[in-house]
Amino acid sequence: MIIRGGIVYDPSNGIFGEEMDLFIDRGKMVEEARGEEIDASGLLVMPGGVDAHAHIAGKKVNTGRIMRPDDSRLGTEPRNGVCRPSTGYTVPNCYAMGYRYARMGYTTAFEAATPILEARHTHEELQEIPIIDKGALTLFGNNWQVMECVRDKDLSKLAAYVAWGLRSARGYGVKIVNPGGGESWGFGTNVKSVNDPVPNFDVTPAEIIRGLAQANELLHLPHSIHLHFNNLGKPGNYTTAIETLDLLKDIKPSRMRQVVHVAHMQFSAYGGTGWRDFESKAPVIADYFNSHNHATMDMGQLLFGSATTMTADAPLEYGNARLTHNKWSNHDIELEESSGVVPMIYSRKMLVNAVQWAVGLELALLVDDPWKVLMTTDHPNGSPFVNYPEVVTLLMSKPKRDAEMASMHEQLQKRTGLGEIQRELDWADIAIMTRAAPARILGLPDKGHLGPGADADITIYNLKPEELDTSQDHSLVKKAISTAMYTIKGGVVVSKDGKILCTPPGRAFWVDAAVPQADTDRLMPDLQEKFAKYYSIQLSNYAVQDAYLPHANVIRAGLSIEPLQEVA
Amino acid sequence: MSEATIIKDAICSFCGCLCDDIIVEVEGGKVQRARHACPLGSSKIMGHGRIESPMIRKDGELVESSFQEAYDRSAQILLQANKPLMYGWASTSCEAAEKGILLAEEVGAVIDSTATVCHGPSVIGIEEKGLPGATLGQVKNRADTIIFWGCNPAEAHPRHFRRYSSNSIGRFTPQGREGRKIIVVDVRATRTSRNADKFVRIDPGCDYEVISALRMLVAGKGDILPERVGGVLKADLAELAAMLKAARFGALFFGLGLTHSRGRYKNIDNALSLVAELNQHTKFVVLPMRGHYNVGGIGQTLAWSSGYPMSVDFTRGMPYFNPGETAACDLLARKDTDAALIIAADAASNFPRATAEALANIPVIQIDPYENPTTLLSDVVIPCAIAGVEVEGTAYRMDGLALRLRKMVDSSLPSDEEILMGILQSVRKQRQMMANEGA
Repeated sequence: MIIRGGIVYDPSNGIFGEEMDLFIDRGKMVEEARGEEIDASGLLVMPGGVDAHAHIAGKKVNTGRIMRPDDSRLGTEPRNGVCRPSTGYTVPNCYAMGYRYARMGYTTAFEAATPILEARHTHEELQEIPIIDKGALTLFGNNWQVMECVRDKDLSKLAAYVAWGLRSARGYGVKIVNPGGGESWGFGTNVKSVNDPVPNFDVTPAEIIRGLAQANELLHLPHSIHLHFNNLGKPGNYTTAIETLDLLKDIKPSRMRQVVHVAHMQFSAYGGTGWRDFESKAPVIADYFNSHNHATMDMGQLLFGSATTMTADAPLEYGNARLTHNKWSNHDIELEESSGVVPMIYSRKMLVNAVQWAVGLELALLVDDPWKVLMTTDHPNGSPFVNYPEVVTLLMSKPKRDAEMASMHEQLQKRTGLGEIQRELDWADIAIMTRAAPARILGLPDKGHLGPGADADITIYNLKPEELDTSQDHSLVKKAISTAMYTIKGGVVVSKDGKILCTPPGRAFWVDAAVPQADTDRLMPDLQEKFAKYYSIQLSNYAVQDAYLPHANVIRAGLSIEPLQEVA
Repeated sequence: MSEATIIKDAICSFCGCLCDDIIVEVEGGKVQRARHACPLGSSKIMGHGRIESPMIRKDGELVESSFQEAYDRSAQILLQANKPLMYGWASTSCEAAEKGILLAEEVGAVIDSTATVCHGPSVIGIEEKGLPGATLGQVKNRADTIIFWGCNPAEAHPRHFRRYSSNSIGRFTPQGREGRKIIVVDVRATRTSRNADKFVRIDPGCDYEVISALRMLVAGKGDILPERVGGVLKADLAELAAMLKAARFGALFFGLGLTHSRGRYKNIDNALSLVAELNQHTKFVVLPMRGHYNVGGIGQTLAWSSGYPMSVDFTRGMPYFNPGETAACDLLARKDTDAALIIAADAASNFPRATAEALANIPVIQIDPYENPTTLLSDVVIPCAIAGVEVEGTAYRMDGLALRLRKMVDSSLPSDEEILMGILQSVRKQRQMMANEGA
């Protein structure tokens, strides 16, 4: 296949808006090829979108569906010759997820939080999501075995456990959510700072985070630790964010990437002592990211309207339910985690929500280097992923931001500096924040770029970047990027002008990290004891079987092999 | 093949406990023993009378047929119907449920599970209030106070006490039963209430009032309560409320006594509210006692496929959910369905009489390993291999935990998945033929 004449943005390869032809052969980008031609003359062409943080599969997503039949009634589309039926807005069914990502030009998405014990469920849903490639991050931050290894300062055993846990969960990377807080929630409490000891375990969140970061680097995992801070969502929590980031600045990355990826930074960049004086501290956070190179973030942008909050931060969800008097689901997972789900409506007339909206945008606009900031909404916590085009246009257009702010709470200008920010992102920034950077941050060398050997995942938008003023014509931009003209996945046109043409199954990425047998041998008695005494199932029924990953893509990592090729 | 083999850590596919520590001895292609299993599970694993051949009713009699004939006749019934019902799914795998959902989409059927006659009201309660729950191991490791409300695990889930609840021993519960307070609320004494530290016997149909009284007591508003609520003295209720608030970690298990007594989903709504409110004082979770081993799994599978966990109507080409209108019993009571496929459930025994009679008056396809009262009113009967004994697959425990069922012995019969795919292929073929004839 040949794509002719597009205006290509391929930041990983230093290509920023050059007219060029692209060649595809057997699902990969190549130097030269023949076959079907697509005329993309003058049109915007990018690699397929990569979503590094979204809640798209597993128990809490399905809990959201079950407790929200009101949501499933939205976005309904009947089945047709190609597609299964679609339902849902904030919690779409599996099929709708695949179709909607594809229509928007996205070809890869990673589920952000899976407990090992419930990973089988996650993979059941992931394999039902058509078209896109995917993976799931694995939760480690409240795990008894992790906390005991950290308490005993046994880093090699901790690394062996992380490798074993990833293999058991068929997981991609180390996710940490409110470390120590999930365990505390087992008896209905929470930790209040990174130095607050976790009851019964004689460790602090700070020690858990550092321990897991060190283990992550010891194992040369493709992705860094992926961290949801303590105190997330609370006024004044920006100090916790800075304190936590400082814990990690001396750790050396084992690959050319960050040491920590901060999930949905927006929810952790707040000032104030309570809801009354709640304000943005995005500038402080942005300064930190501008002056340090060990951390990256995704925005976790909040948009107004319906959302379903879902997180392994169970005490936070209990707080959300108390605050909104809305229905509340909670799910504690023995020895590993806790979690919660609460529906939410964000209102532009509510000052706190308006400040949250501004914080996400401020972060993306104030951090100078777009490689450090991913565009996300923490789907479906800040907003469902179908609203990414709204976020992109807000970032690209100061007039649009001004118009939006004019409709919000009058106090907003005093609580955020967003109105003063003149910066408007360009297509190069957007291509980095939605393609190149998420692939690099996740450690996916064949994703997010269009160089030879890359996966032939390509988006062609019906938009001429050389003719369109993205600042003024933001509504045209939004329309064009909401529905890709062509989405090509693995060299196959899967979506054209919003019509799904075919639904190949996506691949599931997971990381198999090797560790010395001696470390595993030291680990196994601990695990055997835990299963004999504390888990409610047998060790032999714990790990996810290969039957749940019919299209697996295993990435090798670990101690006993040569370091993998470093990502561009 | 006569050499004895031992399968360790096998999963019992009888009830929602999904005990996964069964040691199965197989010899000569048959299960000889199922150690650790309770009598209910053991009887399932050991097997009993099976349907041996597919059958099609001709002139009033069920006559043996080939599988293909049975698939073709089933496809014909589904294609001729305006609004077929596909009901059951509680005792088969999620993989079979997925194939069933695909078939329901293609023929435009309503798909519903046995939840409709057990924990359907719980689902509606959860839609109102959410479910503050936990995995069973969390209860085992932490709970010092457990309530069983309208359920009788001593007889229905025999290993629940030892493995997960009152008598289990975990990290923060080293004394097991000794260290726990067990409360049973029911309308009659049961084997479960004999295990209780406190048995609260309430008047039938008064669950809602009793839960409301407890909510008032927990909220410190007990002074306006009458002296007796639902047949229980106020002093008893006050003692109970104090026990709940004093818990370090409390768990409420509820069963059909709550979901199917007067008030139904409102009872569940109220119980979920009580648990949510108790979390202002301590840690409390709530779990439904699911009956059939994978009734949870069909709910999960339907939810991720269609957005809804039960009573999903595909006749409009897109999923539509309105319990009260689209549940199996609603359709049958209104005579609003004109064919039924019953799989892995015995509708004739468990449905209200009028709905079972309605079932007898429409063409019925049965897919099941065993003959049961539904067989008597079926027009096509297709025997299958037993999921969880003869076929691998996924099942969801009562707490929502997915486990992979093991295959213990071979079967010459096709699996539920294979049968459903056989019917689906026949549907596609007959549709194609009809289209060709039309052209």
